[in-house]
Amino acid sequence: MAQEYEKIVKDALLSVAPDLEGEEIVPDETFRDQFEIDSIDFLNYVIGLSKATGLDIPEVDYSELESLQGAVAYLRRRKASMGF
Amino acid sequence: MSEFRMPSLGADMESGRLVEWLKSPGTEVERGDIIAVVDTQKGAIEIEVFEDGVLEEILAEPGEEIPVGRTLAYIRAPGEPAREQRAAEKPKPESEAETPHTPSTAKPTPSATAYPPRTPGVHMTPAARRLIAEHQVDPSTLKVGPDGVIGLSEVKAAIGAAPTPLEARPKSKARGIDPGEMRRAIAAAMMRANHEIPHYYVTLTIDMTRMMNWLAARNAERAIEDRLLYAAPLLRAVALSFAKFPDLNGTLENGAFVPADRVNIGMAIAVRGCGLITPAILDADRHDIDTLMTKLNDLVKRARGGGLRSSELSMGTATLTNLGDRTADGLMPIIFPPQVAIVGCGQISERPWVVEGEVVARQLMEITFAGDHRASDGRRGAQFLSHLASLLGKPEGL
Repeated sequence: MAQEYEKIVKDALLSVAPDLEGEEIVPDETFRDQFEIDSIDFLNYVIGLSKATGLDIPEVDYSELESLQGAVAYLRRRKASMGF
Repeated sequence: MSEFRMPSLGADMESGRLVEWLKSPGTEVERGDIIAVVDTQKGAIEIEVFEDGVLEEILAEPGEEIPVGRTLAYIRAPGEPAREQRAAEKPKPESEAETPHTPSTAKPTPSATAYPPRTPGVHMTPAARRLIAEHQVDPSTLKVGPDGVIGLSEVKAAIGAAPTPLEARPKSKARGIDPGEMRRAIAAAMMRANHEIPHYYVTLTIDMTRMMNWLAARNAERAIEDRLLYAAPLLRAVALSFAKFPDLNGTLENGAFVPADRVNIGMAIAVRGCGLITPAILDADRHDIDTLMTKLNDLVKRARGGGLRSSELSMGTATLTNLGDRTADGLMPIIFPPQVAIVGCGQISERPWVVEGEVVARQLMEITFAGDHRASDGRRGAQFLSHLASLLGKPEGL
């Protein structure tokens, strides 16, 4: 499952920043610090995550999605609470 | 008949390389239509026409490097006779096409040089004739191309300068921009700004708590794709402030301030690995916050992914640079010439603030206004900031 979530997160990130294709992602470092991801990129990335997972992601949860590790943990937890 | 010229897409631009024509001669065009693509230091830009008419004649070929201000094509106004008819009525020398036109920011165009005469039976493109004149090539040394026409490549072959294919230029991953070229463009514009513009700076710390609470409440009720970033109400407040202070919204032309009749806010947008570009949101004061959010999102996408238009790069009347979340508290922005004002916003962060005699934690943002002393003084800048602060303090009224 973790691998599947990781792919969802990476795909959502690459769809807003295609120029990051092939870049190594440090799992516990924020995308913003690693790749100059700004607020608009971040918003579109969260929209991508929401579309890919069907989850409604409230704004207060955004801070959990800032790194690969954080986002995977968040998706796993939300999906688990839905009974998957 | 009007001349359609290579537009100046920024104070730094000297020339652009024509990539392709999107309309062919004889086609009707409407104001706002994209008729060509030009490769610049800021990547490929879509060039729009500013009038209705018929694209009568094309004077430049793809691959050609064309200085700002040089005629690219003729556009015939609706109802105007076609060129051949006109020519019959009133013969014109070929070099008339080169009459220099001087938009404020354009470099002077090369003066009309003696062009080689038209040889009967041999067709030579206008671009080829220009190159021949520039390099003083003996026309008798030219070989006619396979299509029976002497074009740019034939002239270049004669002068020994092989055309550089566009693909040969180094490109970054972001929409084919050459990072070195973009840095040179930024350097040129900012050196000019620092040399020429007597900047003054005024700053104000603005309490954004109410705005951020208002936004959070609004966003909580909305579907994820309809949520707003604070950049949208900020842009609206800045645009409304410039509309209210027309003496700060415009350009400096030949040493005198010329107020603009619309508010086109240039947005400083970072292009990863390349630098910065400041396309404008046109008539930003006339759109509500939701529309501005959509436009901003679209502009950022195109700044990074391609598809910026000439109007967006040439018609800015003032600029907003917003550092955004987790960056720095403030900045001293540099005015983008020929504009006379720029607003710079630092990050919003929670800091101690005094409200009714009590020290409390508030969401604060430091805003800096940079003005050109040739157009205004610091007191005016301070009034601008005070007005901006009052708008940002009442988000529901925006």
